[in-house]
Amino acid sequence: MSATHSKNVQPSLLSATNLTCIREERLLFDQINIAINRGDIVQVEGPNGSGKTSLLRILSGLSQPYEGQVLFNGQPINDCREEFHQNLLYLGHLPGVKGEMSAQENLHFTLALHGMINTDSTIKNTLEHVNLMGFEDSLASHLSAGQHRRISLARLYQSKARIWILDEPFTAIDKQGVNALEQLFKAHIAQGGCVILTTHQDLLTFPAEQVKKIALDYTFDSDDE
Amino acid sequence: MNKPKPQTNLSYRMVFSLILMRDLTIALRHKDDIINPLLFFVIVVTLFPLGIGPESQTLSRIAPGIIWVAALLSTLLSLDRLFKSDHSDGSLEQMLLSPHPVFILVLAKIIAHWLLTGLPLILIAPLLAVLLHLNEQSYGALMLTLLLGTPVLSLLGAIGVALTVGIKKGGVLLSLLVLPLYIPVLIFATSAIDTAALGLPYNGQLAIIAALFFGSLTLAPFAVGAALKVSTN
Repeated sequence: MSATHSKNVQPSLLSATNLTCIREERLLFDQINIAINRGDIVQVEGPNGSGKTSLLRILSGLSQPYEGQVLFNGQPINDCREEFHQNLLYLGHLPGVKGEMSAQENLHFTLALHGMINTDSTIKNTLEHVNLMGFEDSLASHLSAGQHRRISLARLYQSKARIWILDEPFTAIDKQGVNALEQLFKAHIAQGGCVILTTHQDLLTFPAEQVKKIALDYTFDSDDE
Repeated sequence: MNKPKPQTNLSYRMVFSLILMRDLTIALRHKDDIINPLLFFVIVVTLFPLGIGPESQTLSRIAPGIIWVAALLSTLLSLDRLFKSDHSDGSLEQMLLSPHPVFILVLAKIIAHWLLTGLPLILIAPLLAVLLHLNEQSYGALMLTLLLGTPVLSLLGAIGVALTVGIKKGGVLLSLLVLPLYIPVLIFATSAIDTAALGLPYNGQLAIIAALFFGSLTLAPFAVGAALKVSTN
């Protein structure tokens, strides 16, 4: 909310101009423009196969768009990779959890990889946030799909990245977990971060007008915002 | 107002050892990944005396070639796991999205691969050389060429794996891509061992393998990084 003051002075935290994505000779979206500022929560909507994941992967720099570019603080993301990645947290469909390592080791590795120094106690605390206490030493291969997702979501509690790009974060998560995540998103955007996510559920605890929507369905309507 | 502050506190050395330790831990808990290529190496080498016959003259003549070809094939067999499981469970994406240079991440993974496949191979090679009646003067050359040559196999192989990691059945394609790249190592390594058997200096061949090693050590990680970006696209 306080972040909106700086809107005119600073370029958008993350923006995209004229993005076009073509997959398997099919046009998924054409010339879309997106501007995401501090304090925004953006929900990407569209039926299956409409390019939601492709859009998120392009925004995070994992995929290259057919046309157009993605800007971080007004700079193309390829020109400021290190700074952009320090401020980016992307969670895709795949949780990135290794079956051969315990929950605790998995979390330690992802946190350390993203530059967060962590101690055993912070890791235990974080695992407690996602209800994985008692499982910290179990090998991840013995845990369920929902617990894998919880391990990867645990990173959100420690993250100092501004931009959260989350692809279906609620998959396999129970109701209480969804609620806890929404509270976490609230705290994050209140601190001047932004959240971009895809989900087929509605965000229940957010007022409808607060959630920006990007509709991806090229056959009907390709305009955004 | 609030310019994003850099938050990474890890030096390159720490990132390197983080990835290295992780890969070693995973491999040690998944032992067949280490044992299978090694066992394959041993079995292929032991099949030759059975097929050709026990005359020491013939065996010692073909020993360098057999050991090296078996080493190439067993490395090829083990290459797949270098990026495949990380790709299929999403950890590769996370590594590419970390703020650290891809070069360091890739180099750490390749060195972990070499420690798990190349090093055991070197340790067991002298034993197999005895089995093949390798000329006594050639042992030094065999060890030196393996020491310099097997890292090249891991480094060059990594390029092939990185290119084929997104393909479901990339195994055959991988061997077609990688084996031709292994030919120079094979030629110079076996020639060094043969030269040593004649009691002649083999510094020349060794220097060329060393050049291949340092060349691929400095250049291959860049190629692997670029290939991984293409594969995850």
